[in-house]
Amino acid sequence: MNNRLINWFKYASPQSFYPLAGKMIPWFAAAGAVFGIAGLWIGMAVAPTDFQQGEGYRIIFIHVPASWMSMFIYLVMAFWAALGLAYNTRLSGMMAQALAPTGALMAFLSLWTGALWGKPMWGTWWVWDARLTSELILLFLYIGFIALQAAIDDPRRADKAGAVLALVGVVNIPIIYFSVKWWNTLHQGASVSLNRAPAMASLMLWGMLLMALAFWMYSIAIALYRARTIMLERERGTEWVKETLAAEGAK
Amino acid sequence: MIGSVGAVAARDLKLAMRRQADLVSVLFFFIIVASLFPLGVGPEPQLLKKLAPGVLWVGALLATMLSLPRLFADDYRDGTLEQLVLAPQPLGLTVIGKVVAHWLVSGLPLALLAPVLGLQFDLETDALLILTVSLLIGTPALSGIGAVGAALTLGLRGGGVLVSLLVLPLYIPVLIFGAGAVDATVTGMGAEAHLSILGALAIGGVFFAPWATAAALRISLE
Amino acid sequence: MLEAFDLECIRGERRLFAGVDFRLEGGEMLFLQGKNGSGKTTLLRMICGLTPPAAGEIRWQGAAIGRLGEDYREVLCYLGHLNAIKEELTPLENLTASAKLAGETLTEDEALDALEAVGLLGREDLPCKYLSQGQKRRVALSRLVHEKRALWVLDEPFVALDVAAVAWLAGLIGAHLQRGGLAVLTTHQAVDIPAGAVKELKLS
Repeated sequence: MNNRLINWFKYASPQSFYPLAGKMIPWFAAAGAVFGIAGLWIGMAVAPTDFQQGEGYRIIFIHVPASWMSMFIYLVMAFWAALGLAYNTRLSGMMAQALAPTGALMAFLSLWTGALWGKPMWGTWWVWDARLTSELILLFLYIGFIALQAAIDDPRRADKAGAVLALVGVVNIPIIYFSVKWWNTLHQGASVSLNRAPAMASLMLWGMLLMALAFWMYSIAIALYRARTIMLERERGTEWVKETLAAEGAK
Repeated sequence: MIGSVGAVAARDLKLAMRRQADLVSVLFFFIIVASLFPLGVGPEPQLLKKLAPGVLWVGALLATMLSLPRLFADDYRDGTLEQLVLAPQPLGLTVIGKVVAHWLVSGLPLALLAPVLGLQFDLETDALLILTVSLLIGTPALSGIGAVGAALTLGLRGGGVLVSLLVLPLYIPVLIFGAGAVDATVTGMGAEAHLSILGALAIGGVFFAPWATAAALRISLE
Repeated sequence: MLEAFDLECIRGERRLFAGVDFRLEGGEMLFLQGKNGSGKTTLLRMICGLTPPAAGEIRWQGAAIGRLGEDYREVLCYLGHLNAIKEELTPLENLTASAKLAGETLTEDEALDALEAVGLLGREDLPCKYLSQGQKRRVALSRLVHEKRALWVLDEPFVALDVAAVAWLAGLIGAHLQRGGLAVLTTHQAVDIPAGAVKELKLS
């Protein structure tokens, strides 16, 4: 037990995490590309045209995985935040900071593709559907997190303040989702919901799954890449960064 | 325990009474925002009646938000906050005291003022009553949740705008159920369900959020 | 007994100090010296538990101060470079309010007595915004007159005081040490504390 703990904390130091992440990034990036190409091929070429929605439905191969990722990344961010507050590890804050822009991008992608889908389906770019509205609020939460971290100069304070905000956010997300849903059922404005997707052919499911995997791999790769950059920037005064940079420059 | 909450609240109230201009400007902000809407959308009574719950609630929410920086910023600037953090009582209780005082000088007057503004929007008596009740129940949650944002942005550049970015998304449930309660009364449905959920949110905001606020204050003082 | 082990302070990218150790018994005073920006105030804030050290530990009676929490804050009195007084309140109100918030009881007689000691009697009902800088500092210092807590942490207590007030404050700190209290303070002036053993710590 004790041994395992020590191992974990060894990788929690930026100095040992930096090369490890460097080795992992190409693999995740390659896997993301492979899954992405396969998913797009199934989604765009192989999956049959939907008899109700025509070709337009194919945007869900981007929309649904992006929505999943946007929610999941917030959870991961909150997890790192809790870890950082509990154990005061420097890596946790860097990971949370590295994840936030990707989460915001996913939320934005989900909204954008939702609008693109909505135009041909419902004849309007935006409906105040419960899911779209919650997604919009999630994007606000990401923006709040990023803005707070950007406003604080001291990285340690930025990490901790961001962590408190992420935890408060994660507690509130179910409450927000529930209240938006309640609000939506009371105001019967939008009658079509993204929820009511037609029974999905198994081929479509495969395409979606592959795309979700591709988004996963992309998110991991880009978050690790960003975390490495943050590490170099924050620890630029230390010996290990100077050595690393010298070694990389020599290559 | 009650004593220490009371001591903090009493001190903050005394300070607020010596600085009444702050309190009055928040109330006038509320009045002006509520009066702008008829000018923006036109004076048709039917339309205004439909808009009233949302407009008044959003106005109250924005007014509360504007008063948030006052919650800790003065104490932070003159060093009193350090003394509060170093006091032997739990910091969460101190924060509850400050939230109570903040509500008494922002949420409570806003709730009492709201029915007068509701008259401008041609609301019926029962809707006016529910508007007041929903604000009385909901504004403590706004003060409590807002305190977290105020504590996180303490001493930062552009703190005021930042507070709104952090806090407004978290205010959405309170807005939905608060305005929903008034709306339900206007359309003839009962408002009890809305009000009880609003009550639950307020309890969360006043008794749980202060501990997150306490953590945020410690971080901001480091 | 207050002890510090191997304290390190990092602000931004700069290491302000590292390897700071000290040990302070009852009746002793620690006198922090160093240039502007050498981390004196930060060290004081670490001793209070406001700023966590980047490395190392501070102990009170053998227990880490982070773990003691409220028990430690009960014996601690901190006077920062900010006065922690409210401009809108009078000196008397400031004094009683700060005592109440610190969980102490201070009668009005004691409060007036404290204000007399700092030479503010006659101004006790004037809002602090009408007082001069030196007088505001005296309002802040009046907290110390009836302060019975064991550990005093004072950041530049002698700033903005005239000669007589400096001597008075030195006497007050001396009396505190004689009662078996501890004190940690920073100052740029050479001040003679009449009693107690003085230790010095130079930050560079």
